[in-house]
This record gives sequence, C-alpha cells and structure tokens, in this order.
Amino acid sequence: MVDYLVPGLLLGALVLALKKKENPYSLLLEGGEEGLKLLVQLIPTLILLLTAVTMLRSSGAVEWISTVCAPVFHFFGIPPETAMLVLIRPISGSAALAVGSELMLTHGADSLIGRTAAVMLGSTETTFYTISVYFGAAGIKKTRYALPAALIADMTGFIMASLTAKFLM
Amino acid sequence: MILSWIFTVLVGISLVAAVLLGRGSELAAAIPQGAQAGITLAISLAGSLCLWTGVGRLLEKTGVTGYLSRLLRPLLHRLFPETKQDPVLAGTVSANICANFLGLGNAATPMGIQAARRMAKGSTVAGDSLCRLVVLNTASIQLIPATVAAIRVSAGCRSPFDILPAVWVTSIFSAGAGLAAAWLMGKLWRHG
Repeated sequence: MVDYLVPGLLLGALVLALKKKENPYSLLLEGGEEGLKLLVQLIPTLILLLTAVTMLRSSGAVEWISTVCAPVFHFFGIPPETAMLVLIRPISGSAALAVGSELMLTHGADSLIGRTAAVMLGSTETTFYTISVYFGAAGIKKTRYALPAALIADMTGFIMASLTAKFLM
Repeated sequence: MILSWIFTVLVGISLVAAVLLGRGSELAAAIPQGAQAGITLAISLAGSLCLWTGVGRLLEKTGVTGYLSRLLRPLLHRLFPETKQDPVLAGTVSANICANFLGLGNAATPMGIQAARRMAKGSTVAGDSLCRLVVLNTASIQLIPATVAAIRVSAGCRSPFDILPAVWVTSIFSAGAGLAAAWLMGKLWRHG
C-alpha cells in the first residue's frame, strides 16, 4: 500500500496541474531549481557538521556519551546509540541530519538503530529554532508553557520512534 | 550563532575524548573523512531534494493545500476557537498546517508567522492558541519525509519509504502529547 503512495502522489499532482491548465513539467523544474539552490547553501554546513560528528565518533566520545546516557535511555526504551541524535535534534536541524546520517552509515540503514534514527528525524522538528522564530516574529516575551509542552512532544516522539521502528516496520 | 557553539563544543569534546582515550591518529583521520562524508551526503540529497521541491511547487499551484484546509476546518475550530470569528486567521493557520503536512517548509513558515502575529495582537504574552500553534509546528506532522528517505537511500537502504507508517504514528502521538501537555499546563498556568 505504502509503496504506491509516493508514485500515486506524483501522478496525482501531475494530473491535477494539467486539469488546472498549469504546466506541471515547468513547475517541477522551477521548484527543483529552488531546491538545488537551497542545497548549495546547505553544503558547507553539512560538510562542517559531518566533520565534527565523525571526529566525535572516532575520538570515542559518542560511545562514552551513549554509555553515560544508557540508564535513562533504557528506562524510556530508547536505544542509547541514538543519544547524540536525541540531544541535538531539538537544537539544530542540519546537525541532526549529520548525526542521523552518520548513525545510519555506522549501524546500517536497515538496522534497528538506523530505522529508529530515521523515524526520529522524520517525526520531530527543530523545536528551539521553531519557537524562537515564531515568538520572535510575533513579538512575544513571555512564552509561558510553550517550550515545556513542545519538549514533551519531542520526548514522546523519541519514545514512540523507538517503539514504532521496532514493531511497525 | 548557535551553530558556532555546537561546532566548537563538538570539536572540543572530540579532542578531549581522543586525548583521554589515546585515539589521536583516529581523530586526525576523521577530519578529512568527515568532510568527505559531508559532500557525499550533500550530493546524495541533491536528487531527492530537487525532485521534491518540484513536487511541492506542483502541489502548491494545484490548490491541494486549499482542499486540505477545508477538510481541516472542524478540527481547527476546536484547537483555535478564535478562528470561528476570524476567517483570515483560519486561512493562515490551516495553510500553515497543510504546508507542513505536505513538506512545504518554505511555504509553511511565512504562513505560520503571519498567523502567530495575528494571534498575538501586539501582546507580549503568548495566549493559549498561540502556544498550541507553536507546539503543533514543533511536532512536525508530515506525509512524506523526503529528506529522511534520501538519507536512507544514501546509507544503502532499499525501501526508504517503509518508515512511513512508523513516522505517521509517531508524529500523531507526539503532536497529541504536546497538545495535551499544552492544554493541561494552560489550565494550571492561568496568567502570564
């Protein structure tokens, strides 16, 4: 079922655009060009962050962090190998991308840890960044309970990602 | 600025750990290896990113977002009561949620900011609706996580989309938990 969703969505979008007398092919090209421009801006960040993450891995610090965090992570049912990802995900999106990709390369994309990392990346957001952008733009000084509530959402996401990666795929 | 700190802290921890564990040569080798892994990741993301931003543009132009917004109306009125009286606000909030759902990050943020400004009405204290809007935006409910799928492919995965059900279930639970927490804390945390 899921296998047909993505190609189906692609065809659906194309047919809808044709029905609306739009030019879907040129829209795809236009959007694609924009996506590539975004990527070009992102390349230096990805290189820097993957350098840092690879350094962290080969220095032995990643294992050390996982060991230190292991009791807490075991308690919540989250694989301790994902500790770095859990710690960095709410703070920086590109750093999380770097950590997640390194996890998948080290442990294998189809391993339990690789799948858990993928689900975590796909179902959570850069909480601190989002909060500062929205409240900053709206001129809010007192954010009340927004941050704790958002962090509870993240925590639930990490726990559920560990569960669903094990039982739903 | 935040990335300067993250980068410096990561390099600092690596150096300290390498000295303590005697892994100097591995650490030195990691620098060119990591840089290369960075550009490999960027290149392997390029194809998917290009294609999906294109599809995003298609979905935007064909009015799928508008159709989804109408489906969302009943839920919207419950979560954000002031959208009942304010059709403009209802429009921006639902456009924000739908754009997030379809993975159109570029379209979602300006809409969300517009809605946040309208909800704040010049006050510096976040109201319950604004808190809920922000929590919903930090929870990421996304139909197709295309970037993650691209990373999985680059790490040698054969069926990158098999995470979809897991991602949906996880997102729904995390958004639900966030909204429930916001609702509870909103009761306890009455005034600013």
